[in-house]
Amino acid sequence: MGGAEILFQGETISRLLSGLMVTIRISLVSVAISIPVGVVVGIAMSSRHLLVRAVLRAILEFVRVMPQLVLLYVVFFGSATAFGLDLSGEAASVIVFSLWGAAELGDLVRGALASIPPIQYDSAYVLGLSRMQTFVHIILPQALARLMPPTMNLVSRMVKTTSLCMLIGVVELIRVGQQIIDFNRFQYPTGALWVYLAIFVMYFLVCWPLSIASRRLERRWAA
Amino acid sequence: MSGATPMLELRGLRKSFGDEVVLDGIDLSVASGEVLVVLGPSGCGKSTLLRCAVGLEPLDSGEVLVDGNLISATARDASLRQRVGMVFQSYDLFPNRTVLGNVTLSPMVVQHRSRSDAEEQAHSLLDRVGLWDKRDSYPSTLSGGQRQRVAICRALAMRPEVLLLDEVTAALDPEMVREVLDVVIDLADGGLTMMIVTHEMRFAEAVADRVVMLDQGHIAETSDDPPAFFRDPATPRARAFLSTFDYRRRSGRASGSLTKE
Repeated sequence: MGGAEILFQGETISRLLSGLMVTIRISLVSVAISIPVGVVVGIAMSSRHLLVRAVLRAILEFVRVMPQLVLLYVVFFGSATAFGLDLSGEAASVIVFSLWGAAELGDLVRGALASIPPIQYDSAYVLGLSRMQTFVHIILPQALARLMPPTMNLVSRMVKTTSLCMLIGVVELIRVGQQIIDFNRFQYPTGALWVYLAIFVMYFLVCWPLSIASRRLERRWAA
Repeated sequence: MSGATPMLELRGLRKSFGDEVVLDGIDLSVASGEVLVVLGPSGCGKSTLLRCAVGLEPLDSGEVLVDGNLISATARDASLRQRVGMVFQSYDLFPNRTVLGNVTLSPMVVQHRSRSDAEEQAHSLLDRVGLWDKRDSYPSTLSGGQRQRVAICRALAMRPEVLLLDEVTAALDPEMVREVLDVVIDLADGGLTMMIVTHEMRFAEAVADRVVMLDQGHIAETSDDPPAFFRDPATPRARAFLSTFDYRRRSGRASGSLTKE
């Protein structure tokens, strides 16, 4: 099985790594935006106002039901057509992934808040804590602990799904791999397998620690 | 009760859930240092009575007074809530905080006391229930009996004038009931004013200064002489209730065995 040389010629590995950096950058920025927005959305979704809940629920379902690819097209091409904006592919990707992350996290936060037993609120009330104090000292820390595993899961899904960004012209890991394969089609006809193997290893090295962390946290907070 | 202001006074408490009247005009008072035990069958309104007294349930009508001060029926102020402590049936410790963190939370956050002051007090409270060694443990690593003892310390940390206990041993294994109830008896000896709902009749008899029996939202019987109440209740209702805790000794095993010979 020849073709492995493709990985060691010229700048293959360093180019793949730069693609990986784009993948990681889009994921990290999106996660950094999703987390605070998602927490706020989740708290708002636990609100007693029916209208607030209904509106957020509608947005959330929309973002979740739409395939990410469609969202990417809508934001990337739609922003140009409708608003005359010239968004870069990466900016459009960050917008889509932040929306998606915020929607998913919002629902996770809502679920985590709802899972706190009412007795926790009662105990805090009896101890004289205000609603805000109860939320800050008792409810939120417990909800966040429960959120860690599903959030890690979401982040690793996000990392993987950024591969779709190449379809709006973002040169991320997979796209770089394809360029390398195309460029070397004649010199290394069987190189594709090796390039994809390298890509697999790179995704694995990013996502595996997340899944270990998720499992650790799950065990730690199991009780 | 020599005419002094009661520590806790409930006047004409009424509470319904939908069509169901749970408390139908309850008048009760607990003197300073007195231990009042509330008994009654399931669903008689005992827990609701405590929840109303502490402000967890809004009243339909009636008043709650602590040391002569009227406490509004709804949304009561933190300074008023601190005057009445409560411990629940289920383990209600905050799982995100250590034992020490649970006990010091309210003193620090609500009463704005210094950490050293709160911890010093937690030390003496936890020492009293034999759990100072567990101060850095999380609730999930404690037994049910240990959790309830911590919950009692946590309630006492805000220095309440009255402590309400709502079936604090109902969720415990029998061998853990004792360690919790010993703490309660110790508190009673220390002069703490308490209103206790329990199904542990022998404990009730041991700890009570006064016993009240609740039935269908009414007070069926009150007794200032708990041993007499348990021996010979005045009302048929109380007698019927207490008899549910007795079992008839079946008349021995018939001679011979069940297996055919």
